[in-house]
Amino acid sequence: MARISLQDIRHSYQTIVAKAAEYALKRVHLEWQDGGAYALLGPSGCGKTTLLNIISGLVAPTEGRVLFDGRDVTTLPPEQRNIAQVFQFPVVYDTMTVFENLAFPLRNRHAESSRVDARVREIASLLDLDGLLGRRAAGLPPDLKQKLSLGRGLVRDDVNIIMFDEPLTVIDPHLKWQLRSKLKELHQTVRTTMIYVTHDQTEALTFADQVVVMQAGEVVQVGTPVQLFERPTHTFVGHFIGSPGMNVLPCEVSDGTALFRGQPVPTETPAKAPADATRLELGVRPEHIRIAPDTGSGDDGIAVDIVRVADAGRYRVVEAMAGDHRIHVLTREDADTPLGPARLQVDPSRTRLYVDGWLADGADTGRA
Amino acid sequence: MAVKTERQAAWLLVAPVVVLVAFNALIPLMTVVNYSVQETFGNNFFLWHGLGWFQDVLRSERFHAAFGRQMLFTGLILLIEVPLGVAIALAMPRRGPLVSVCLVLMALPLLIPWNVVGAMWNIFALPDIGLLGRTLNGLGFDYNMTQDPLSAWFTLILMDVWHWTSLVVLLTYAGLISIPDAYYQAARIDGAGAWAVFRHIQLPKLRRVLTIAILLRFMDSFMVYTEPFVLTGGGPGNSTTLLSIDLVKIALGQFDLGPAAAMSLIYFFITLLVSWVFYTLMTRHDPS
Amino acid sequence: MTALRPVIVILYILFLLLPIYWLLNMSFKTTNEILGSFSLFPQNFTLENYATIFTDPTWYWGYINSLIYVSLNTVISLAAALPAAYAFSRYRFLGDKHLFFWLLTNRMAPPAVFALPFFQLYSAVELFDTHIAVALAHCLFNIPLAVWILEGFMSSVPRELDETAFVDGYSFPHFFVRIFMPNIGAGIGVAAFFCFMFSWVEMLLAKTLTAVEAKPIAATMTKTASSAGYELGLLAAAGCLTIIPGAFVIYFVRNYIAKGFALGRV
Repeated sequence: MARISLQDIRHSYQTIVAKAAEYALKRVHLEWQDGGAYALLGPSGCGKTTLLNIISGLVAPTEGRVLFDGRDVTTLPPEQRNIAQVFQFPVVYDTMTVFENLAFPLRNRHAESSRVDARVREIASLLDLDGLLGRRAAGLPPDLKQKLSLGRGLVRDDVNIIMFDEPLTVIDPHLKWQLRSKLKELHQTVRTTMIYVTHDQTEALTFADQVVVMQAGEVVQVGTPVQLFERPTHTFVGHFIGSPGMNVLPCEVSDGTALFRGQPVPTETPAKAPADATRLELGVRPEHIRIAPDTGSGDDGIAVDIVRVADAGRYRVVEAMAGDHRIHVLTREDADTPLGPARLQVDPSRTRLYVDGWLADGADTGRA
Repeated sequence: MAVKTERQAAWLLVAPVVVLVAFNALIPLMTVVNYSVQETFGNNFFLWHGLGWFQDVLRSERFHAAFGRQMLFTGLILLIEVPLGVAIALAMPRRGPLVSVCLVLMALPLLIPWNVVGAMWNIFALPDIGLLGRTLNGLGFDYNMTQDPLSAWFTLILMDVWHWTSLVVLLTYAGLISIPDAYYQAARIDGAGAWAVFRHIQLPKLRRVLTIAILLRFMDSFMVYTEPFVLTGGGPGNSTTLLSIDLVKIALGQFDLGPAAAMSLIYFFITLLVSWVFYTLMTRHDPS
Repeated sequence: MTALRPVIVILYILFLLLPIYWLLNMSFKTTNEILGSFSLFPQNFTLENYATIFTDPTWYWGYINSLIYVSLNTVISLAAALPAAYAFSRYRFLGDKHLFFWLLTNRMAPPAVFALPFFQLYSAVELFDTHIAVALAHCLFNIPLAVWILEGFMSSVPRELDETAFVDGYSFPHFFVRIFMPNIGAGIGVAAFFCFMFSWVEMLLAKTLTAVEAKPIAATMTKTASSAGYELGLLAAAGCLTIIPGAFVIYFVRNYIAKGFALGRV
């Protein structure tokens, strides 16, 4: 087990880098605590798999250093880093039995056969594979194959970190949930550092204690699932996490007040915009907006036209138009929302100003 | 894959193929069968001969010898070309501009007319004016393809290796590039060495293409005629007279149609039988 | 091991190129120089051998004849194999599996077995010494191969494509030519490559079925070798020229070679 530090990692797949845009990773500086359960969350192509391969040693970063417990491993190949990885598509050795698959990493390291035997049985029972040890791996269903490839990582007791690269892609929907809770349970038993790469927020938020959100080769926020939801530090995080995501509305700032379409909107802290800002936005989640009847007076909320109400089970999603801007609001399922003109009132303690995408005002102190 | 629809009208789509292949396969085959059971004295005068020719052929020393040479040839070239082809495919670059260059150069021998292959190697191996013959003799070997059976066999095998190893390379290479990267990455993480990667990842995944490669090389080497005929003409003596060369000698040279036809059928039957046995053995464990 | 890899590949390619180089070397020498001396490069460089081939109709017609029957065969094989491969990949019908297997067994028929019966058959139907005779005879092994390759490619095209087109009101021939064939373009290319290749390299049947009018280049080469003495330079030049069409065809399909092999199914 180990603490992993990524120091100023930049990576480009081109040999000569002319523009900043050619970096698949723009500059990543991260600490992964020993024994933590992490998720690396982001849309396809955001650089999360590249980051994973840099940790495992399959890719050498263009710049920066990778430290395991303070030891520089940047140039070490994967086999010397003591890591384990579970891939998107199950990788098992078809010609071997389940037992031989689990024993393979130990035998390659010339472990004694009595130890191999004991360790394989221990891990097999941990993963509920006991009954299958004599079966050929080729015939297993995908979920068992994924468990088996995870097992090959767990049998080595010197493993620093286990990484999962979208491991549930080929698993049947009704088994996904099972396997996911099994993983969580396993982490609590073995306490190895685990990194779970996914583009699915549900998988990330249920597995991880800490979620690293990436976009376009950059880490935009690291935090607990609650922090990501309550206090996104970037409009991308607000938008990507939550369903529907955070409303992001263009605004202006004058005298410490944010104005949306000329109308003041209350915010958590007085709105301050630096002079060189090119983009000012207000972020507020659909959960934190209330709908009030339109009284015609000018200052009891944002004037909108409610165009659609959709039932989403335990709540309703209301779509309101303020000019060309669409705003989502969540209401309880028993709330009755008539279509037509209305006013929206935001919760000031959860409405914040974003400057060029980032949370403004250095208010990023975190609350958890 | 969804289940195929049952539809007898599909025979209409297959009909042209059936007609063309049947015209080329069935009529000549019937001719051969016809000859194989009759005795002829020329002038289109035929007598029923039963299975006599088959017995004669199966008992004849000449057939046994040709069959033995054929098995030796096929066995040797399979033993050389398959491992060599796999080794070269493993050594090939996986991506990059050099791949196309390698593939084109390697495919070149496959597209040269077979008689030109024979003629080219004949010229290449001649002891006085050929590069190979001259070099070998210069190195102190007593090499003369037209007089020494061992030299003739050496040249024959070398020519076939030159001509056909690339087929094994191309098939194996196609199989190798279809193995996902994740397998290699997992193997590195598991600490597997080069041999373990070959034994547990590459070889199992190559099973299907290797079956095709061995089957094709078996069939084609068993049927080979033009290249060895042009190279050595079956000589010196009968030392390189393979089955098909012997067959053509009997049929067109001596015009012994009965024995030639019986031999043809035995020959065709052996090819089919061995291919079928081999195919069944190789695909026995297939899950699908 | 890693350092050894390029060495292995380079050595193998050199081994492949050496005999070809020797042939090329000889084709630029006069017959006297070939027989009289031994040299790695032509001492009296001459294009005379090539000039003879390009001016003498018995020579250059050999090439034209070969190209005619090879092209004819490729067209016939593909035209017949396309609908058949479609039937095998999409429908079940009485005897389909047996038929497919029977087709493949013809790939295993030794040409030497069929040489004499073919001669009699094509003489009987009065096609002896025509291009079409050779083209048809080569169908024996090329059609099974083309059906096999095309079936593999077609099976990887989802059946929904066909269903959608029929729902949209396309007739079968219209659908097949306008929609389906463009979808398996690579497969048609690969199949055409293999038909061309096997028809181009096969010589026993081609020689047996022709005399004068459709005589392939190979037959011309054998005749020259025996009648006009031992004109090695001319023979070498003729051999070199037979490599060109093949090289040309490989160059066009170079990006599909590996893929085409991978998609073949037994």
